[in-house]
Amino acid sequence: MTDRYDAIVVGAGHNGLVCAALLGKAGKRVLLLEANRQVGGAAVTRPFADGYSVSAAAHLLYQLQPDVQKDLKLNLKMAADNMSTIVLSADGQHVRYCGDQVSGVRQKDVAKFAEFHKRMARYSDLLRTAFNKPPPRLGTTNKKDLFSLARLGFDVRRLGKIEMREFLRLIGMNIYDELFERFDSPLLKGGLSLDAVLGTHLGPRSPNTIMTYLYRLAGNRGRIASPAGGMGSVSDALAQAARAAGVTIRTDMPVKRIVVENGRVTGVETEGGEKFFSLTIVSNADPRRTIMKLVGARHLETRFIQRINNIRMRGNAAKLHLALDGLPTIDGLARKDFGERLLIAADENYVERAFNPAKYGESSPSPVLELTFPSFRDESLAPSGKHVMSAIVQYAPYNLKGGWNEAARERFKQAAIKAISQYAPDIEQRIVASELLTPADIEREFHMTGGHWHHGELTLDQFLFVRPVAGAAQYQMPLDGLYLCGAGTHPGGGVSGAAGRNAARVILSGGNRA
Amino acid sequence: MSISEVPQGRLRTPFYSRLQKLDTLNTWHEWKGYSSADALYCAETEYFAIRNATGVFDLTPMTKYRITGPDALDYLDRLVTRDMRKIKPGRVAYAVWCNDQGQVIDDGTIFHLREGEYRLCSQERHFAWLTAAAIGFDVSIVVETAEIAALAVQGPTSFSVLSRMGLEGLGDLKPFGLMHFEFEGAELLVSRTGYTGDLGYEVWIAAEKAEALWDALFDAGKLHGIRPIGTSALDLARIEAGYLAAFEDFLPADTTVRTGRSRSPFELGLDWLVDFKKPNFNGRRALAEEKRNGSTWRLVKLDIEGNKPAHHSYIYAKEKRNRKEIGFITSAAWSPVCKQNIALGTVRMPHGKPGDTVWVEIFYQREMHWTRVMAKAVVVDKPFWFPPRRSLTPPAPY
Repeated sequence: MTDRYDAIVVGAGHNGLVCAALLGKAGKRVLLLEANRQVGGAAVTRPFADGYSVSAAAHLLYQLQPDVQKDLKLNLKMAADNMSTIVLSADGQHVRYCGDQVSGVRQKDVAKFAEFHKRMARYSDLLRTAFNKPPPRLGTTNKKDLFSLARLGFDVRRLGKIEMREFLRLIGMNIYDELFERFDSPLLKGGLSLDAVLGTHLGPRSPNTIMTYLYRLAGNRGRIASPAGGMGSVSDALAQAARAAGVTIRTDMPVKRIVVENGRVTGVETEGGEKFFSLTIVSNADPRRTIMKLVGARHLETRFIQRINNIRMRGNAAKLHLALDGLPTIDGLARKDFGERLLIAADENYVERAFNPAKYGESSPSPVLELTFPSFRDESLAPSGKHVMSAIVQYAPYNLKGGWNEAARERFKQAAIKAISQYAPDIEQRIVASELLTPADIEREFHMTGGHWHHGELTLDQFLFVRPVAGAAQYQMPLDGLYLCGAGTHPGGGVSGAAGRNAARVILSGGNRA
Repeated sequence: MSISEVPQGRLRTPFYSRLQKLDTLNTWHEWKGYSSADALYCAETEYFAIRNATGVFDLTPMTKYRITGPDALDYLDRLVTRDMRKIKPGRVAYAVWCNDQGQVIDDGTIFHLREGEYRLCSQERHFAWLTAAAIGFDVSIVVETAEIAALAVQGPTSFSVLSRMGLEGLGDLKPFGLMHFEFEGAELLVSRTGYTGDLGYEVWIAAEKAEALWDALFDAGKLHGIRPIGTSALDLARIEAGYLAAFEDFLPADTTVRTGRSRSPFELGLDWLVDFKKPNFNGRRALAEEKRNGSTWRLVKLDIEGNKPAHHSYIYAKEKRNRKEIGFITSAAWSPVCKQNIALGTVRMPHGKPGDTVWVEIFYQREMHWTRVMAKAVVVDKPFWFPPRRSLTPPAPY
């Protein structure tokens, strides 16, 4: 039968593309179905105003894993690499950091920052080694699992007594306390706080924010790049690799359900009513959407469903895109600095205060922002001489009280523009067109439950062996033939491709049932 | 509801005013918050009412859930191990439900009241589990334990009693069937179900009509030997029928702490309730694995020599040398109607095949001094008490 495949991958996000490409390279007959017109999921470049394009969700590259690049022989062109972070100051005395270097702060903070970065980088390396392989399962007698668990313990122990103690002390802690003890500069503390909470439903005083900070560093020691042509070019390169590996990619094909017969998956049915058959279905959709919507609670066990249903995934970050007729003026900022990553986070309390309303379902009146001007280094994104600003704005809770109606969106957009105008007073005059994507929009456009781009909060209770949930680590669901390969699985979100690669390895080894 | 409005202490069922008048022993125990009588005047006489006339047991404390909504059938079919699609409106299903590991949480009966409308009844309470199991289903689960009063009307003359009450057409009701009647403007539900292994019915009505129903029932039963009964008599009858009791013959899986103390349906002799041909049900994966690898335990019905009930006894494979303890008794009784020393027990596989001989170590006291006998016991397949009248339709008019 023509419609029978060795594997069907649902969703062509970057992880779906990586997984499909690796399965294809191994000689499998693979079909990749994407709901949207474009592949890439949340890593896409698309127009948002006449002549202006932007990376619609993710806009910086932290951690595309070298293993993925090597396996798929990718050759990505970067518009910018090793970008600096500049925390804006209203008086023009900006703080800037990159790697272990920081400037715009007192000498004491410079030394402490180097020490802080060294330690954090060391811990994040530890996480990184765990990223590129399936996480061990607990409570099994499987030798591979026991070995990799022992390895994990050994790696922690190898830090040495003092560092191990420090690692265990910090891993569950909030970043606020650690920064408070270490640094004087409010801007530095604000910037690092924002680094820790970006894309999460956490404030710097929330436990676990050291862990999210380490996660940000883990990909490539926090090195930030911006691909030429926007994030979509990464996805296009992955799609090219997948096609070269023989994968059939079909876009505009939203999957309605994953078909289950006699306790195993047998295929998928699209919204259009088309059916495709395969005994291996790999979902790049988030765990909640995959299990609750595409498979159905009917086909899985009660406690498993309960755990899936309880995955914390309330998106809290919005995306603001501005089409500008020229670069804004920012006091104390050199023209070349528009190619860097700019943060609006006056101090650590400012970040925490921005988070406060989100706890009660309200958006921040004074939000924190991560700004980039991708057109500065990549002219393909805007008409000549014009510019694009792409910003992550927090906090915009998914479950906004009263819902994300037009008035609520306008209010939040104005709050964001007002926050920017404190540093760039002429920003408003420069706006030609604008677009705000709230978590509700992100959910709609990218099919992510809760608009959470990590497919589930990256916290200790949803990490490693318990990501997405206990009893379902290692990409294999308790339903024969069903796998996950997205950010909802180990290691998590960010355009890394690690989850897709790990999933492909598990599938190719025939699954790992204990 | 403020704290002062929450009923304090033990609850009384809507039949309490009637039971109280007939009660001479004043021995009550607690059953899920309600007072329930051990016996009202004499457990033995009450037992014989079940076997020779009609015994009436107040089963209002039985936990009742009304389950409705577009996904009610799918929900129940996922919940229990048997195929609920086969249970048509007007039928009742005995069923067990398991946790994710295929271990029995409880057994109970599911009434398909009307198309898409169900009632689930069980001895224990399960709202938390039922609610968790409802995630992803469009169903409503309402606890109606207090709102619905219920009586078990059990024994050979029960059909005659209910007929005399004016329930026309009851004769057509087959075992595990249910019918709706009108009683004083309220809906009276009658099901041919019970816990005695005999001809018998259970009647269900809104709590406000409970006393009127009781009066009408006892009025109609006067010439048919109707008697109220307590839990002791019922417990003896259920052992004769080979029925399981939670916390006696198995522990609900959610109450066990140690691994290996819960039981799968296979280990309780309920293989016939597990249907691998139907779509997924909770515990299916685990049970399929157990089916492949074999179970640890087996529930046995034992016919034991002698007349000393084998309460709490160990079961051995051999009488003397190399005695190996293979299990234990969970329910035991001298059966007056069978004239047999009977018991339910649990043994380790592969012991306890029907027809096997095992040995039961019975301790009993004689004038303070303990005596021990090793009694020979045979594993039997069928219930000890299974009279033809139990399933005869229409029932004979005793």
